[in-house]
Amino acid sequence: MENKQLSFYEEARGNGISRKEFLKFCTIMAAWLGLETSGVGQIVKALETKPRLPVIWFHFQECTCCSESFIRASHPIVASIVLDKISLDYQETLMAASGVQAEDAYKTVMAKFPGEYIVMVEGSIPTENEAYCCIGGRSALQILKEAVANSKAVVAWGNCASAGCVQAASPNPTGAKPVHKVISGKPVINVQGCPPIADVMAGVVVHLLTFDRIPQLDGLGRPKAFYSRRVHDTCYRRANFDAGLFVEAFDDEGAKRGYCLYKMGCKGPVTYNSCGIIKWNDGISYPIQSGHPCIGCAEEGFWDNGPFYKHLPQIAGFGIETTADKIGVAVGLSALAGVTGHAVLTNIRKHREIANAPEAGSEIENPKEK
Amino acid sequence: MRIRSVPMREVQVWELPVRIYHWVNALCILSLVITGYTIGSPPAFMKGTEAYFNYWFGTVRFIHFVTAFVFFFNFLVRIYWGFAGNEFSRWYNFIPLKRCQWKEILTVIKVDVLQITNRQIDSIGHNSLASLIYFITFLIFLLQCLTGFGMYSAMSKAFLPHLFAWVVPFLGGDIHVRQLHHILMWGFILFSIIHIYLVFYHDYIERRGVTSSMIGGWKYIEEDVILRHENRTEECPKN
Repeated sequence: MENKQLSFYEEARGNGISRKEFLKFCTIMAAWLGLETSGVGQIVKALETKPRLPVIWFHFQECTCCSESFIRASHPIVASIVLDKISLDYQETLMAASGVQAEDAYKTVMAKFPGEYIVMVEGSIPTENEAYCCIGGRSALQILKEAVANSKAVVAWGNCASAGCVQAASPNPTGAKPVHKVISGKPVINVQGCPPIADVMAGVVVHLLTFDRIPQLDGLGRPKAFYSRRVHDTCYRRANFDAGLFVEAFDDEGAKRGYCLYKMGCKGPVTYNSCGIIKWNDGISYPIQSGHPCIGCAEEGFWDNGPFYKHLPQIAGFGIETTADKIGVAVGLSALAGVTGHAVLTNIRKHREIANAPEAGSEIENPKEK
Repeated sequence: MRIRSVPMREVQVWELPVRIYHWVNALCILSLVITGYTIGSPPAFMKGTEAYFNYWFGTVRFIHFVTAFVFFFNFLVRIYWGFAGNEFSRWYNFIPLKRCQWKEILTVIKVDVLQITNRQIDSIGHNSLASLIYFITFLIFLLQCLTGFGMYSAMSKAFLPHLFAWVVPFLGGDIHVRQLHHILMWGFILFSIIHIYLVFYHDYIERRGVTSSMIGGWKYIEEDVILRHENRTEECPKN
């Protein structure tokens, strides 16, 4: 470890990034975080003066797609500065160290920056049997609890760490749980998505560094700056939705014309993310723009609410592709049948009553009297 | 000519607010189910045109949202009337806390549902089984309002829907909220089928004019039933 902690800016200059590029990066970040113009200055100042964030980055039950996404952030500063520096502390996949050296790096951060370092987690934590995920002979849960105890905040990258993702999908054999369900006492930022958008990840890091506090979160612990709007509300195909123009099959006229993918099972209307605005791969495209419905990867339980290509989720326990509508029609028809049967029975009873009634013209007793 | 001579009296059962509530509610449910089902499974009757010229799906959603507000406030009025209205509309009719209510539920099941015995049901307003079913529908109303406004809160700046914003994180996300909202819609359809049938049934069997009572408010009730109702000994909110 170096003695003097370099700032992000110093690291950036050292890596050959010009001041102009640096300022561009700060401006983009301010825009994504939804800050006013004065926010740009704050970010510039923070990145110039503050030492970089000490970070411990864990990989538990996951596929590393969050890291993969992160290193493809649209601006090189994110990748080369944020990630290079993060990897110096502890990042199981990217760091050069291994074995004892890796453990040392991890312990050094905890000893040197108590209450300052950020724990970033990729992946869910097994609770059915902790042995399903062990690193260096200790379980994910033990490692996480130890690291979180003296941390400043926890960032849960991706759906695994935020909601359990595929490991927590039914039947969830490992008892996989997201970070916020296994730790307590520290703020957890759920950066949702499978993976989260790289620039969103960068935005969260920049926010933490600039303002020294966690960003404003929604009810599910997601930063509001990026997760307050549905993919549907920012979708460029939204006009087709309101006009009732829907793709009916992937090869039909509507698909060619770029109609709404609602009927192809698009989960945009129930998914909160910035895909429609920030997009992916340097703002090139995002699933819907490529003609594919959103699968709702930034939502809890998206694996269990399939099929991906059907609007309504199937209902567990009723067989594959049984939707609420199919069950509803069946129950409705049974009700109609029941009601018809009841009406027939009632009429038989009623006719018997009429047949047994005294002759016309005479007064009769109330037939229902006890 | 067949003539019945049963001593009857007219009883005002449903006051005007209850009747207005009933019909507003019926129209709202009709509109909400039709628009709601359309939102869930939109028919694709347009092809080869551009979004610029059309807005029909937006209109369907708009009708759904506006009706939902009417439905919600109408529901609130009914809850208020459960504390302010006459004995037949009071809240305690709907929650079977008393033994005699459960006894009547059993009787109604035997007499009207299974038709294994034939006895007079003494209730003047709703019978206890009907009341219990209405209580369950009120719970469905509540859940439908919670899930509906919960989903709506994300696209609204208004004060009211934001009171329901907690529902989405509580249920774990919009996917679950939408699914529940959709399943509950079928509860409304099921209720309507049975409700409409039973109105016909009761009018046919009991001849108390239950169908028109929801228009005029008055029912014909046998004198002896009224007598028993007035002299009831058991301390029971129901007759």
